[in-house]
Amino acid sequence: MEFGFTTAAYVVAAVLFILSLGGLSGQESAKRAVWYGIVGMGLAVFATLIGPGSGLWLLSVILIAAGGIIGTYVAKKVEMTEMPQLVAAMHSLVGLAAVFVGFNAHLTMRSVEKARAAGEAVHGTFAELVAHKTPVELSILQVELFLGIFIGAVTFTGSVIAYGKLAGKVSSKAEKLPGGHMLNAGAAALSAICLIWYMNSGGLFPVLIMTACALFIGYHLIMGIGGADMPVVVSMLNSYSGWAAAAIGFSMSNDLLIVVGALVGSSGAILSYIMCKAMNRSFVSVILGGFGGTSGPAMEVEGEQVAIDVDGVASALDEADSVIIVPGYGMAVAQAQQNVAELTRKLRAKGKEVRFAIHPVAGRLPGHMNVLLAEAKVPYDIVLEMDEINEDFPETDVVIVIGSNDIVNPAAQEDPNSPIAGMPVLEVWKAKQVFVSKRGQGTGYSGIENPLFYKDNTRMYYGDAKQSIGELLTKIG
Amino acid sequence: MKIGTPTEIFEGEARVAMTPDSALQLQKLGYDCLIQSGAGAKAGFADAAYEAAGVTVVADAGALWAQADIIAKVRPPSEEEVAYLTPEKLLISFFYPVANEALMKQAADLGASVIAMDMVPRISRAQKMDALSSMANIAGYRAVIEAGNNFGRFFTGQVTAAGKVPPAKVLIVGAGVAGLAAIGTSTSLGAITYAFDVRPEVAEQVESMGAEFVYLDFEEEQADGASSGGYASVSSPEFREAQLAKFRELAPQMDIVITTALIPNREAPELWTEDMVKAMKPGSVIVDLAAERGGNCKLTVMDEKIVTDNGVTIIGYTDFPSRMATQSSTLYATNIRHMMSDLTPGKTDGTVVHNMEDDVIRGATIAHAKDVTFPPPPPKTKAIAAQKPKEKAPELTPEEKRAQEVAAFKAQTKQQVTLLTVGAVLLLGVGLVAPASFMQHFIVFVLSVFVGFQVIWNVSHSLHTPLMAVTNAISSIIILGALMQIGSGNWLVIILAALSVFMAGINIFGGFLVTRRMLAMFQKS
Repeated sequence: MEFGFTTAAYVVAAVLFILSLGGLSGQESAKRAVWYGIVGMGLAVFATLIGPGSGLWLLSVILIAAGGIIGTYVAKKVEMTEMPQLVAAMHSLVGLAAVFVGFNAHLTMRSVEKARAAGEAVHGTFAELVAHKTPVELSILQVELFLGIFIGAVTFTGSVIAYGKLAGKVSSKAEKLPGGHMLNAGAAALSAICLIWYMNSGGLFPVLIMTACALFIGYHLIMGIGGADMPVVVSMLNSYSGWAAAAIGFSMSNDLLIVVGALVGSSGAILSYIMCKAMNRSFVSVILGGFGGTSGPAMEVEGEQVAIDVDGVASALDEADSVIIVPGYGMAVAQAQQNVAELTRKLRAKGKEVRFAIHPVAGRLPGHMNVLLAEAKVPYDIVLEMDEINEDFPETDVVIVIGSNDIVNPAAQEDPNSPIAGMPVLEVWKAKQVFVSKRGQGTGYSGIENPLFYKDNTRMYYGDAKQSIGELLTKIG
Repeated sequence: MKIGTPTEIFEGEARVAMTPDSALQLQKLGYDCLIQSGAGAKAGFADAAYEAAGVTVVADAGALWAQADIIAKVRPPSEEEVAYLTPEKLLISFFYPVANEALMKQAADLGASVIAMDMVPRISRAQKMDALSSMANIAGYRAVIEAGNNFGRFFTGQVTAAGKVPPAKVLIVGAGVAGLAAIGTSTSLGAITYAFDVRPEVAEQVESMGAEFVYLDFEEEQADGASSGGYASVSSPEFREAQLAKFRELAPQMDIVITTALIPNREAPELWTEDMVKAMKPGSVIVDLAAERGGNCKLTVMDEKIVTDNGVTIIGYTDFPSRMATQSSTLYATNIRHMMSDLTPGKTDGTVVHNMEDDVIRGATIAHAKDVTFPPPPPKTKAIAAQKPKEKAPELTPEEKRAQEVAAFKAQTKQQVTLLTVGAVLLLGVGLVAPASFMQHFIVFVLSVFVGFQVIWNVSHSLHTPLMAVTNAISSIIILGALMQIGSGNWLVIILAALSVFMAGINIFGGFLVTRRMLAMFQKS
């Protein structure tokens, strides 16, 4: 069978997907870009259904529609603070689908062999494709589907655990089974042995063992990573889901799958890289969990944390001309973004300059804070990245830190012995006055004391972020 | 406890240590407030205003000193006032303990505690009660206003139909609090302002206020201000010579000179000599803020305004803050209120806890529990971090810059070529063993990764979440694989493929819709 039309449609779809990702370089073009993606996907599915995937097409259409209904429902219902969970959950679906498709490729190979031996004709597009392969191509196919299943399985359990951690269903602490990374290394080695075994025997059994190993690696790897490193984990899983698709694309000899898988894979890899750079940590150290060792005792923190009440904050804001708000995960947890946005509107209405400073790893997902603020209708042109705003702190009257800790820790610059030394941070302490909205006196995720809280120009505004900002709103006329 | 403020009895003193506003704050701390009738009149605060703020107005000084447990005033107490003190009373005022040793001894013998507002250490935590700074700020402002009052021209340059007016040139000597306030006032009036200070580290502050810092051609390493608690110290004779030479050069051009140079516990240094005054143009004005300590100019007469033979006005007033009594009372009362807040750890119980372990309270207390506690031990926290020697980035010559650029370009080229070579060799290696059909797909894969890297770097940081959602949606392209398999004859394959199609379906719709929802939220202001 020749599918000229399908191939042409695939080319168009690939171009559309590339445009769709490229369009995300700006907020306005992104709105158009997402349509490119939708059209590309529609075209690809349609071309497949009328071409190589025409077998049982009615069932396929029904299943897509059913999935679509669920997907639409979830997309409509999800809260913006739940975005990290949702993204993780969706990654797990892609991972699982990759595993199934991989297994199918194996099963098809076996049935083709049987049919050949019995001299019967084979059914189905994919089976026909397999039937035309040379022995070398078949063993390459074996490697490809093996890899596809492996990556898919790691993505699946990894995403499920990431989902659990982000949704608060699994403890967000870094936990490892006794044996630690040796277990992971062992499982990976076993998988490699299984590959050789599978290449020689071609049986289902080694594939099953490898799948179990991969599922375990995904589970154990992500369990060992703490909550604040989630931005890296989620983008890493994003990358894996892409590589899984690419591996499946090889085994299906489908160029569109390969193209899209590679695009998604490299996108996730770049995101992981950006996140790691923002924490000044290597990718490996994040994945292996835990912060690097310290080279000496941490600097003594002098002074005391001075608390302030709502009147004090309100009067300082009243006098300030320029205000920068630094949101962190705490704002998302307390669902305070609406109140923060309302505060911004009130202050802006009074002619004050209000801006937001976003650290690349603020929150649990790359760009998490931007989405929350956008949801609360904070205009995106006052939401700035770290590099854009860091120089402006000395000229700022008031900085409000809401639920962030490590990303505003001056120890990263001042204390060479600090575990986060060298991590780029927002230099809020250079502003004339800093208010920190925080639940209590505890340390951040990394467990590092934050000297910011003890600085002379810092005042602690204790309480639940949503409530405290709400109170503040009543005081600002 | 009760806190009371008597009328200032010093001749011409118009300030008052409590304002209706500060009384309200003191009451929040739990204190009852008293004021002598008429105490705030000269500063513009009527008795009625105090009463409205809940302050009890007391008829005379005797009754006030008797009733109040804490007495807050501005000027150092007179002998009669000290005589009112009894054990357990606390007096807060300016005291100048070096000049008023006898009074301090007397107060200590009586068993009263005395906090001298002029002894508050200069550490950041104590800035809010640093009355010297708040008064110096007013003095600096007022000095410019007084100068303007006696100066016959505009500060700012103007080009009018009636002719061109050159801007006034103002030199401010000593860039402490008063000096900086004077710089700010002078520049905002439009004068061309120059400033000098022996501490080179203040040049940055001076320039930030819009004045030009007068640099000396002098090589000696200056003692930095941090070692002396942020105040200036005595300079070497050579330095002094260089400084005077510079001033002599500047004198004929300057219209207004404001000197604010003081060294703690010493007579004011002579900086503006007689010959400089002679060199100035008629109509010029000198304001000597150091008049109380003998003046930076020897011609200055304390508390008076004189005009020299060559028509230069020299102002030697010492009561600048009192000349702006409303403003200075407000600031001073706030300083007192902050001091009380630090003395009241309970914050609402109105009880003084005289904590002699506290750097600020210990430093300011000069008499406590029958002892004279002056001078205080050096504070535990250093006032100002010692200045780090500035590292000057060597200015690069164009050739060096060019060489650097070339080197960077070469390094980059080298890196890229290495990467390309390694990549190409790997690719060729794969090509040697793999069949052609595999290589076809492999090339597509490598190119896609390449395109992906190029495209993703341009994605805006704020759109990373939508990027993840959209990549998630398009990674459901795996549905194609499942669709191709679903038509197989094997029932197990059909079931697995069907499940995959179903899951990918969820993902396609969920991913794209959620992306659209997010992107729609991003709005421009």
